[in-house]
Amino acid sequence: MIIAAVPGFPGNQTSLNPVGPGAGRIEGEFALIFWITAIVYCLVLIALIVYVARRRHSMSDIPEPMPTTPQSDRWAKVAVSGAMVVTVLLLFTMMIGSFVTGHALGNMNRQTAYTIDVYAHQWWWEVQYPNDEPYKTVVTANEIHVPLGVQLRIHGTSRDVIHSFWAPNVQGKRDLMPGYDTDVMMQIDQPGRWRGQCAEYCGEQHAHMSFYMVAEPNHQFQQWLEQQAQSSIAPSTPQTVHGQQVFLSHACVMCHTIRGTPAGSRVGPDLTHLASRATIAAGLLPNTIGNLGGWILNAQALKPGCSMPPNQMTGSDLQDLLAYLGTLK
Amino acid sequence: MAERVERPVLDVSHLPTVAFGTRSLTWWGVMGMMAIEGTVFVLMIASYFYLHSRNSEWPPHRNPPDLLWGTVNLIVFLVSVIPNEWYRRRARKGDLRAVRIGLVLLSLFGIGNVVIRYFELWHLNTDWSIDAYGSAVWTLMGLHVLHLVTDLVDTIVLTVLFFTSLVEGKRFQDAEENAAYWYFVVAFWVPIYLVIYWAPRWLHA
Amino acid sequence: MITTTAIESTAELTDQERLQAARLESVWREPRGWGWFKAVHHTTIGKRYAVTAFVFFGLAGLLAGGMRLQLAFPEAHILSNDLYNQFFTMHGSTMMFLFAVPMMFEALSVYLVPLMVGTRNIAFPRLNAYSYYLYLFGGLMFYVAFLCNTGADRGWFSYVPLAGPDYGPGKRPDFWAQLITFTEVSGLAVAVEIVVTVFKLRAPGMSLNRIPIFVWGQVVTAFMVIFSLPGVVLSSTMLLLDRTCNTQFFNPAVGGDVLLFQHLFWWFGHPEVYIIFIPGTAVISTIVTTFSRRHVFGYLVLVLSLVATGFMAFGLWVHHMFATGIPQIAESYFTAASMMIAIPTGAQIFCWIATLATGKVVLKTPMWWAIGFFFVFIMGGMTGIFVASVPVDLQVHDTYFVVAHFHYVLIGGAVFPLFGAIAYWFPKVTGRMMSEKLGQATFWLFFIGFNITFFPMHLVGLRGMPRRVYTYPANMGWTTLNQIESLGYVLLFIAVCLLLVNVSRSLRHGAPAGSNPWKAGTLEWATMSPPPHYNFLHLPTVNGREALWDAAPNQPVVVGLDEDVRSFLMTRSLDAEPDTRDEFPRPTIWPFLAAVATSIAFIASIFTPWGITLGAIPVAITMIGWFWPDRQPAEHRRTREIWQSE
Repeated sequence: MIIAAVPGFPGNQTSLNPVGPGAGRIEGEFALIFWITAIVYCLVLIALIVYVARRRHSMSDIPEPMPTTPQSDRWAKVAVSGAMVVTVLLLFTMMIGSFVTGHALGNMNRQTAYTIDVYAHQWWWEVQYPNDEPYKTVVTANEIHVPLGVQLRIHGTSRDVIHSFWAPNVQGKRDLMPGYDTDVMMQIDQPGRWRGQCAEYCGEQHAHMSFYMVAEPNHQFQQWLEQQAQSSIAPSTPQTVHGQQVFLSHACVMCHTIRGTPAGSRVGPDLTHLASRATIAAGLLPNTIGNLGGWILNAQALKPGCSMPPNQMTGSDLQDLLAYLGTLK
Repeated sequence: MAERVERPVLDVSHLPTVAFGTRSLTWWGVMGMMAIEGTVFVLMIASYFYLHSRNSEWPPHRNPPDLLWGTVNLIVFLVSVIPNEWYRRRARKGDLRAVRIGLVLLSLFGIGNVVIRYFELWHLNTDWSIDAYGSAVWTLMGLHVLHLVTDLVDTIVLTVLFFTSLVEGKRFQDAEENAAYWYFVVAFWVPIYLVIYWAPRWLHA
Repeated sequence: MITTTAIESTAELTDQERLQAARLESVWREPRGWGWFKAVHHTTIGKRYAVTAFVFFGLAGLLAGGMRLQLAFPEAHILSNDLYNQFFTMHGSTMMFLFAVPMMFEALSVYLVPLMVGTRNIAFPRLNAYSYYLYLFGGLMFYVAFLCNTGADRGWFSYVPLAGPDYGPGKRPDFWAQLITFTEVSGLAVAVEIVVTVFKLRAPGMSLNRIPIFVWGQVVTAFMVIFSLPGVVLSSTMLLLDRTCNTQFFNPAVGGDVLLFQHLFWWFGHPEVYIIFIPGTAVISTIVTTFSRRHVFGYLVLVLSLVATGFMAFGLWVHHMFATGIPQIAESYFTAASMMIAIPTGAQIFCWIATLATGKVVLKTPMWWAIGFFFVFIMGGMTGIFVASVPVDLQVHDTYFVVAHFHYVLIGGAVFPLFGAIAYWFPKVTGRMMSEKLGQATFWLFFIGFNITFFPMHLVGLRGMPRRVYTYPANMGWTTLNQIESLGYVLLFIAVCLLLVNVSRSLRHGAPAGSNPWKAGTLEWATMSPPPHYNFLHLPTVNGREALWDAAPNQPVVVGLDEDVRSFLMTRSLDAEPDTRDEFPRPTIWPFLAAVATSIAFIASIFTPWGITLGAIPVAITMIGWFWPDRQPAEHRRTREIWQSE
């Protein structure tokens, strides 16, 4: 695509770089409409410019109004009628293209799709991989690993206001709304970390509510899933043991779960495998010790209005906590 | 400089100054108001049914509104049409006495309707804050109460006016239009009554 | 050449006419000083609407400047997230509710329609005054709240649950909802006035097929207002009730539904954009006609297109909700309808081009704005086809692509025609010509600035930038495009400043305009510039679609109306045959008092439900005062009554 050829085009979080059949079909309809409308636009404007230039009255006075002759209006009638016919035909073409695309998208088979549950919150994404055996259910946040080439069913709703789940490289967006259970089908055929962002204004930090869809070959995906289903590893060094104590004795437990510890609150993201995620704060920051430390101490400075309060602790407590969190792979 | 020439004229001095129905400007204004308020009612009724489609039980966990007071009000409204139409026609003839009687009668009917409406509200069997059903029922009712009360005030003011020395042709136009607006209040009560009192019974079955 | 009812100045009148003019002037004059609050003439109120709407346009434009500054740098801290969210909400709400409709529909129609149909005032003049004050007070309330850090911040359409009681703390969404109440009552009132004026107050001979296209456009718009505004009345009222009285319309936990708000809002919201656009087409038809020096080509097609657009606009609303997961059959219908509405719009465009192609094109400032309209609006129409297609919309909805789309159609479809309208009718309203040079400079600056600001938005949206974000990360590839857009704003700002300079200089030093500087054909050009308060010395009769171009050499004028009261003529709605006579009200303070009482009730009800119930009492009192007849005029009328024969 022409736009994609512009230098500096990163290729991520864009509908112009489809990595799956959903976004791919949409791009096809986009191209159809683009070419038809671009050509029509140019023709109409050229006609306008040509006629204005040719019929321009060159003197500064305003001439008397012209009587309209049957001759001139007959030609105009033919031209306008012809233009209308072409307009209708082109509109029908684009409309049928739209129906065909929509129909194809709607036909993605629900039965054999792999289901992932997404619950939108102000301003993060809760992700669950349901399993027939409940203890194998995976709960994570903001990073959605998926197997390549497999039909996916994103099944979701919102826990508060209306959000919109949108990973443009993969598929069109779908609103997640309280009171509605929503299914949207998608499939990714190219490996990579495909960025998505909430696309329905949801309040103070709508701008910082991103997620990543990590598409990987099935065996890698299964490995990841098994790892995520495990409980957290018990801390073994004095520093990490103390770090866990810091976690359990601060306000952290009011909102976060770490499976394998008494912390079980579902208000905020599940941290059991925090260290396996590449970003924190719904895609706002890379998951580094520095960023994580800053986030824990004062999330409000980084994401004002978010639900995480500042936390007071000594420097050494923070170090130990970060060391512990770093073991949660 | 432009010439001034004797020109033909269109003399309108013989045209009436008091005319009714589509020949009265305020009649059109009243029709405009009816279009607006009618649309509000239609959209509210649509919202009621939309919410019904989103609820498996309707009304949720309670009885529909009691039939008695609403039906009594319906009858009173329908009966009021008789004096309404009578005085409307007499207004077009400039019959002062008939219009005075008619307006007094309609004021009394209106007061009666308001009183009965008070009892209706106490027998809706729901509160607006409990759930969406209650909110929809009370709002639909509330819209009609608003129309009833404002029309009653209009009618009473017009009644008083007709007993002063300020009566003129324009006021007879107002009287006809007042009657037309009362028709609107009555006419919309019919579907609203059916929605509030009968829809939950029919849909339930 | 013999003129018709056009008069250059009172110097040209015969003595008899001069006496007549003086009599009319004394009956129709608008009061001075404190009498400002009693004005009831449509040209006075129309000018107030226009000035007030332009002030709001400027305020919304400044807010946009703040937004562009914040977005010029990734992760900038020029505006906090909270302030930015208020800015974009205030910008959108101001542009849509306090500028676009009040200017394109209310100001233009209130000032021009009575003149164009050949009558002395708009129908229901006191209601007209009342509607203006309500609009003004609503806008003031909205901005006072903003200055008190209680500005609306949930987007111009204020979706629930974000704006609801659980997630919209404080009073911010309540001020948004009440702004709607003020502006919607105001708009509905004017809509009824316009319909009645156009149906009943037309000059004799102005049958339906001789009504100026401008007037057709405004009457179609008026009907759209009447049937669409109730949607936003209900949705904003339900929002207020949920927030203040504990109703549960939008609470899914107890049977409520968040999409109910969206359906009711967009039932209004889609026609709303046509309410803004159709007056724009009405202006373009007028300018193209005058500056092509011929009757517009395809009058019937144009009228039918306007009516068709008005109807079809009501069938599209769900296209704003494609991302909510509606059933496929609904998707197909709304895609089809949204694309098909391009047909009547396309018909209008082709008719205008045909008019230009077969006329003599005069390139004065208004015509430049019309040409700009073609470039900008049609581009917006093209991107409209993208968003009409569900699959494509699911990628571009809620991104900067759609922000680009609607700015192209709204600025192209309303602001360009508006600036053309200003250049065109300024001579009529003020009696002076604007500077052509400054006018063309303004046009080019604005046209270039507009495209620099908004064209890149298509690209940045396709690159994934969502809308309503107060900032963005540096590594997304959006920075350069955002910076270009912000630079473009500077040109737009300068262009608007130039326009204001042109207006202010022309007011004082512009060349005298005379009654018809453009040699146009519609009736407003048949009287002095500015028009006297009685509009026309002699009420005209009409012989064709362009009243002045088609006038017979001895076109009759109307006589026989009383000249010691504000007498007017009503004609039959279809063929405009003379029908009855009536009397317009004289200046009065009651509309102002009623507006004050209404505003107090509306604003108080944000804080307590008693606001509406107790506040209704002063409203009732002022309305009774308004309606209560004055003794002397009533007696006067009674002595001269002629009843219709049954």
